[in-house]
Order: sequence, then C-alpha cells, then structure tokens
Amino acid sequence: MKLIKKLWMLVLLSTVPVMVLASTEAHLDKAPASLSDQASLQRGAKFFVANCTACHSAAYMRYNRLADIGLTEAEIKSLLPEGSKLGSTMKAAMDSESAKMAFGAAPPDLSVIARSRGNDWLYTYLRSFYVDTARPSGVNNVLFPLVAMPNILGPLQGDQALHVEKHEGGHEVKTLKLVAPGSMSTQEFDATVGDLVNFLDFMAEPAKLVRYKLGYIVIGFLFILLILTYLLKKEFWKDVH
Amino acid sequence: MKLLKNLVGWVDDRFPLLDTWKEHLSEYYAPKNFNFWYFFGSLALLVLVIQILTGVFLTMSYKPDALFAFASVEYIMRDVQWGWLIRYVHSTGASMFFVVVYLHMFRGMMYGSYRKPRELLWIIGVVIYLALMAEAFMGYLLPWGQMSFWGAQVIVNLFSSVPFVGPDLSVLIRGDYVISDATLNRFFALHVIAVPLVLAGLVFVHIIALHKVGSNNPDGIEIKKNKGPDGHPLDGIPFHPYYTVKDIMATVAFLIVFCAIVFFAPDMGGYFLEANNFVPANPMQTPAHIAPVWYFTPYYAILRAVPPLFGSQFPGVIAMGIGAIAVVFLPWLDRGKVKSIRYRGPIFKAFLASFVISFVGLGYLGMMPVTPTYTLISQVLSVVYFAFFILMPWYTKIDKCKPEPDRVTFK
Repeated sequence: MKLIKKLWMLVLLSTVPVMVLASTEAHLDKAPASLSDQASLQRGAKFFVANCTACHSAAYMRYNRLADIGLTEAEIKSLLPEGSKLGSTMKAAMDSESAKMAFGAAPPDLSVIARSRGNDWLYTYLRSFYVDTARPSGVNNVLFPLVAMPNILGPLQGDQALHVEKHEGGHEVKTLKLVAPGSMSTQEFDATVGDLVNFLDFMAEPAKLVRYKLGYIVIGFLFILLILTYLLKKEFWKDVH
Repeated sequence: MKLLKNLVGWVDDRFPLLDTWKEHLSEYYAPKNFNFWYFFGSLALLVLVIQILTGVFLTMSYKPDALFAFASVEYIMRDVQWGWLIRYVHSTGASMFFVVVYLHMFRGMMYGSYRKPRELLWIIGVVIYLALMAEAFMGYLLPWGQMSFWGAQVIVNLFSSVPFVGPDLSVLIRGDYVISDATLNRFFALHVIAVPLVLAGLVFVHIIALHKVGSNNPDGIEIKKNKGPDGHPLDGIPFHPYYTVKDIMATVAFLIVFCAIVFFAPDMGGYFLEANNFVPANPMQTPAHIAPVWYFTPYYAILRAVPPLFGSQFPGVIAMGIGAIAVVFLPWLDRGKVKSIRYRGPIFKAFLASFVISFVGLGYLGMMPVTPTYTLISQVLSVVYFAFFILMPWYTKIDKCKPEPDRVTFK
C-alpha cells in the first residue's frame, strides 16, 4: 500500500514541471483592439484599403461587408478600387507574381490573418521593424526575422534602431529605439496600428459582431428552459422512492 | 384523436410499433439510481444527431477540392446565411463528441459496466469509439488548412512504418504519394457517407445490446435479481417517462455549455480550432510545430515516447494502436469481486486515478513540442497508462472490496 502511494505521488509530481516549462514565448504587446469600438473599426478599414491592398489581397472579404461596421454605401463606394463593385472581394492591386519578383515572397492573403496570427502578434509585428542595411528592403523585424515585407508604415512611425543587450548564458534582450521620427507621434502610430488590427480581427470573422450578442440571447433562453425542464423532471420523479 | 388511433393501429398491424415503443422506452426498466455520469450516453446520441444535421448543411456549400476547399469554408463562414453558426456547431460538436464519449467510457470504468454480461456491449462501444476517431481524423482534413494537411501527413505516414506493406499501404490510404486532392476527395467520401453509416449502425446495435442485458448502475449490482410480482425489477423504473424527462433536462444543461463554446469561444483557445489551420494547406511549407487535435494527443504522446527500433517508428505505432484499443480487454482483465468503484478497495482507486492522470498528462504532452524532459515524462506516463491494464488481473484480485448491497442505494 505504501509503495502504491509513493508511486502515486511520483506520478502527481511528474506532472508539475510540465506546467512550469510551458511558458517560453516571445513577448507580445497587447493590442488595444475592441470590436465594440465602431469608429476604430471604420478607421482601420479605411487605413487597410488605403495602405495594405496595394500588395495584399483579402480574397474572402467583400467590400459591402464593411456595412457591418457602419460604413454607408457611399463611403464604401469611395473606397472601391477601379473595376470593383460593392460585392467584389478585396483584391491586391499588384498581382501575386510580380509581388514575388519584387519582394522575394508573395504577400499573404490577409482575410483570416488575425485568426492564424492573433491580434497581439499583428500589433507587435507591425511596430517591430528596425533599420537593417544588410536587408534588401533596408529593414528587419524583431518578431519575424528576415521578413520579406518592407516597412510600409515606416514614414508614419519613423526609423527604429535595434539594441541588443547580451546577458549571461546567451540570453538576449532586444529593444527598439526611435532614431528618426515619422509623421506620427508614437502614440498616434500605436493607435493607428491598433485600429488596423481591430479591423483585421473583424475581417477575419465578420460574424463575430453578431455572435456574442446572439450568444447571450440563446443562453438566456436555455437557462429558462433548464428551469422548466428541471421542474418537469421533479414533477415526474416525485413518485420514485 | 380517433384518426390518430386508427393510424397507429393501421401501422401496428404491419410494423411492431407499440411493441418497440414498450420494449425500448415505456417498459424498458432502468435502475432508478443513475447519477450524473449516466447522462453521457444519451448526450453522445444527441451530438451524433447534431453532427449529422449540421454536416448535411455544410456539405451543401463545401467543395472537396484542393483548390477550393479552404475558400469554400470561408464562404460558409461569411456568405452562407447562418453558415458560421452551422460550421461552429459542427466543429464544436466534433470536440464535444469526444468529451462526452470519454466521460461515457470513464463512467463504464468506474462502475464496471464492461463486466459480464455486458462484454459485447462494451466491445461495440469501443468499436464506435474507433469509428469516431476515424471520422474525426478524416473530417479534420476537409478545411484544408496547414494543420489539416500536415496532421494528416504525419498520421498517414505512420502507416508507412508497417514492415513490408507500409509504403504501399500509405499510398493506398492517400491515393497519392503525398496528401493531395485525391486524399481530400476520398476522405470526404468516407467522412460524409461511409463512416457515419457505420457509426449509425453501430450505435443502433449498441442500444439493442444494452436493452438486452439492461443498464448497469453506480452500485454495480444487477437490478434483475430483485423482481416484483409484476416481473419488473424492484429497483427499476420505466425509461419513459422518467429518464426521458431527466435526459431532456441534461440535454438543456449540456446545450448551455455547448452554446457557450459556439458563441463565445469556438476556437477554445486553439484546442478546438487551431490557429495554424487558418493558413491554407501548403505542401511546400512544413509548420514548425505539428500537433493533432486534443482528443488524439494522448496516443500521439505514447507514439513519441517509444524510441525507434532500427530507425523504424513501428514500435511506437504499435504502442499507440494498443493504447487506443486497450480498453477493449477490460472485461477479461478485471478480476474484482465487485463492479463498482463504490465497493472497490484503495488499490483499484489508486490505479484508476493514476490512469486518469496519465491519460490527461499524455494528452497535454502530445500537444507540446518534443524536449528531452517532456519525452521522459511521456515515457513515465506511458508506463503508468499501460500498467493500469497489464497489472489489472493482479491488483483487482488482491484488492480488499467492501460488500455490495442487495438493493441499489437511492437517497
């Protein structure tokens, strides 16, 4: 019996380090994104169409879906690129082949990028470019080393330089410093990227806007039904002794 | 009312309608002391129905074509009316099916539901579980994301480690040398027709077998031993209306949990829908970390825990396979004098608890990248997992059991 108890403890203890070891990932900044902030979503949408769709497509996203975040038909029409209709999906202005020639990698479709990468990753990534003359694009990224994408938001953010602090045991701490200011202050830039990420989150799943609201109604209904079915069960089971 | 009676009479003259109703519902006597754990059988049936219904509607808009599959899923998520809801119910249903089935199986292990005379019932159940794994595995390929593709690649490659016939076998499964359009097409056919048909048949047989031997109960004693003058078990109550109303209540409670996931966390933090599966399948780009969906990870961890022999993964594959079907042997491994955990001694309880810990622990490790520490822990837990089965004839025999009551305990 004692042996078994010991074995038991061994098993129990062996699961402890598993939980501790599990957390070693790159630090991500929390994206200031909220789907309930419609103004932010609209700013993000406009910013996306103006700055991202030159190279990136959002092949599953239709322009008229922007009505979901409160844009009027006239506003959506003003965003439409030449040759696109309200019901068109968001295509990249540059075709994938020439983009590949220009950058070395085809720009990924961004329809569901927020689902594969997550808001915080996108928010951190877009703010983590730094000057690196060894790269053909002139920039590199802390979160995505050797990324092919040029720092398209550089003129807004300004130039950042990388500082690497080497600690004992090969551990490195990378920090970025603004060396040449852009057209926006850091605060403005972070807010703009926040809006963009907010929009990317919406675009990755437009149903999210109704999903939560509907969820409360459905679950509220089920709770009432649970009470009724409980009472029904109790009534029937009265005569089971 | 008279018309209805006439209609029922007309049918009953040609089909045993009332007899079936009586035998399986209104006069199927179930023990009155079912507890929480006894909800999961009917809930599994509920999830099966949910999966078939949502599956039918998904099939209407889904395209089993390597070029269009990923896009058609997004089409369902965006352009099909309520498509997102149907899709989330189906994807949540897949995971919840396993939650419910694992709890249902654990119930059987706690209360000795696999013991004589329910061995065949148990075997049918294990076959259902295996069919369910095949169903889930093939269904997971259909969204054609990176995890769909590479998960299938890894699992199908396991078959190529079988000596002599392995490579041919894996080509036969894929219909190609890599996971491709041909694989997607055959998995689609199997997922929407072949396996569901088998599942439905097996579930039917499972219920018929259950109603032949009668349900076990938390006390693990046979209610048929104590019959009243009317020939019905004294501790039994008709399934309808008692358990139908009770199961309806459980259904609603279950749906609250189910809908909370569907509406508020359909990804379940990456456990039900993996983030990487929102990247379209790309045969040229292997993801840094490939993990199967959570319900397969305990076996995946066993696979990785077994060291290769002469450069072949086959021993691990064998261990994984045996791990998955091990429960089928329980009726013949268990030598205990009592069925229910309520009257078992401390040794069985300790072994069952360590079995649960090993299963959950392996499930966690199966999702993690390989490190020497993790591999070591996986090996320890794999040993614990198999020890539960291999040592069972011994520890169930020497365990000190408490006497069983004559009648079921009911508040």
